[in-house]
Amino acid sequence: MKATTYTAKKRNLLAYAFLAPALLLLLMFSFWPVMYGSYLSFTDFSLIREVHWVGLANYRALFANDMFMTGLKNSLLFLLVVPFTQLGAISLAVLVNNQLPGIRWFRAAYYVPVVTTVSVVGIMWGFMFHEQGTLNYVLLQLHLITAPLGWLSDDVLALFAVMFVSFWRGLGWYMVMYLAALQSIPGEMQEAAILDGANRWQRFWRITVPMLKPTILICSIMSVLAALKAYQEVDVLTQGGPMNSTFTALYYAYDQGLKHLKLPRGLAASFVVSLCCMAIAFVCLRKLKPEHRE
Amino acid sequence: MSAQINTLLKKTGQYSLLCLIAIVCIFPFWWTLVVAMSTEGNLFEFPPTFWPHGVSLANFSEAFRVIPILAFFKNSLLITLATVAGKLLVCSLAAYPLSRMQFSGSKLVMGVILATMILPSEVNFLVNFITMTKIGLVNTYTAVVLPNVVTAVSVLLLKQAFDEVPQDLLDAARVDGANEWTIFYRIVLPLITPWLATVGILTAVEAWNEYIWPSIVISKPEDFPLSAGVLYLRGTYGSSTRVIAAGTILTVAPILIAFLFTQRFFMRGMDGAVK
Repeated sequence: MKATTYTAKKRNLLAYAFLAPALLLLLMFSFWPVMYGSYLSFTDFSLIREVHWVGLANYRALFANDMFMTGLKNSLLFLLVVPFTQLGAISLAVLVNNQLPGIRWFRAAYYVPVVTTVSVVGIMWGFMFHEQGTLNYVLLQLHLITAPLGWLSDDVLALFAVMFVSFWRGLGWYMVMYLAALQSIPGEMQEAAILDGANRWQRFWRITVPMLKPTILICSIMSVLAALKAYQEVDVLTQGGPMNSTFTALYYAYDQGLKHLKLPRGLAASFVVSLCCMAIAFVCLRKLKPEHRE
Repeated sequence: MSAQINTLLKKTGQYSLLCLIAIVCIFPFWWTLVVAMSTEGNLFEFPPTFWPHGVSLANFSEAFRVIPILAFFKNSLLITLATVAGKLLVCSLAAYPLSRMQFSGSKLVMGVILATMILPSEVNFLVNFITMTKIGLVNTYTAVVLPNVVTAVSVLLLKQAFDEVPQDLLDAARVDGANEWTIFYRIVLPLITPWLATVGILTAVEAWNEYIWPSIVISKPEDFPLSAGVLYLRGTYGSSTRVIAAGTILTVAPILIAFLFTQRFFMRGMDGAVK
């Protein structure tokens, strides 16, 4: 009896010894930021002064701030990327799921934007979006526009240019997700449907789409959250300009917190974004789950 | 005959579409490469040049001269290697007991690790910067690497890998008197090498590409990794577009070459993550 408790105790110790480094790091860099950060967002923290509790002052200031409100509005506008990315990625996955010679290289080509660092993406698309750049040239040649557009210098267009880059970066990532899901659909199902005389279109809607449903759900939620949290593309393409028109909520948080060293303000803005994200994730999972169980 | 023509048309259609999308994905890289390799030709004029003119490597040597590219490269390499090594070690250590040992609180630990996936990670940069300042790690690569060592996804992937190792092997080793560490290090770990490779490669790409966090905790530009340094190059006045393009190509080339050789890991790695 005594021996077993001893080994159980020893086993526990041993298990936690294996786990200790990972748990310690998670505590420090994942849990602590949320706990300490939420506290700091209610204070006037700065690295050089004493800290005072200020209640909701930071949050109140946020909602009275035009730049943050623009950011919030732009973050919501950013959601337009989601349907385009998801429909594009599904179509692309169906396309590259064909067993054509050389298809491997096309898949790789579509994934290249995903493995490229966002700073490089920003520089390259800066070239493309230049007023005398390739994009305007191609559009002029196709007679889609009559004069070159200032993609990054026009305060209406700039946000859409940033959104396009986000779409361009995301397409390959979601394509791989859908491709994996497509390849896990048993071939017999398609064969049985062919024997029953179903055409290509029927097979797509009656077999492929229902089988993809869980993946579509996960990817859409991921895509919605990514859109609400967008800020990296803004940082490398426009830095919030022109005339603050491309500020997103989270870009505002980083701009305040790190560039202007107003950490509590930045933290408050991040938490507003986080709360929106969690609320949306919660609602999506709640709403969509029963349907997916049928 | 008409069936043959039909398939031919269909194939042509499919390939044209595939090529068109590939061009949209690849063209920015091509244009940047053309500009970096040329010393003549239009930059921002209509029609743009799609083919190099006056090919030379002058822009590349200029990029090397204007900014410490080699130092950036070394910094990136260091950060990437340290992150990969740290992650493989710490995450596999954590995944092993979760998969193979019975201990009290295992469900709770699993819950804690899963919880990090839904925690609002947006605030991390801001508070981690304060933490690093307080513990005096600002401007060190330790600060760049540490927050990226453990991710829930990696622990879960490695746990799945350990789950697939047959129990008989472990039992046999225990009968032979091997202790838990020996079993982990000598028997189980070598068996999951393909998974370690997957996690390692995905991590390497992430670490190489990360630019926000390094540019926050590192204040001296010469200590930047390439991903942050290349933006610094764009910010320096007087560097011409061709030199910036050359710097951009130098930044992205290693990762693209690595990607082309390890494609299958990317196409498979996500598989486990979705489940």
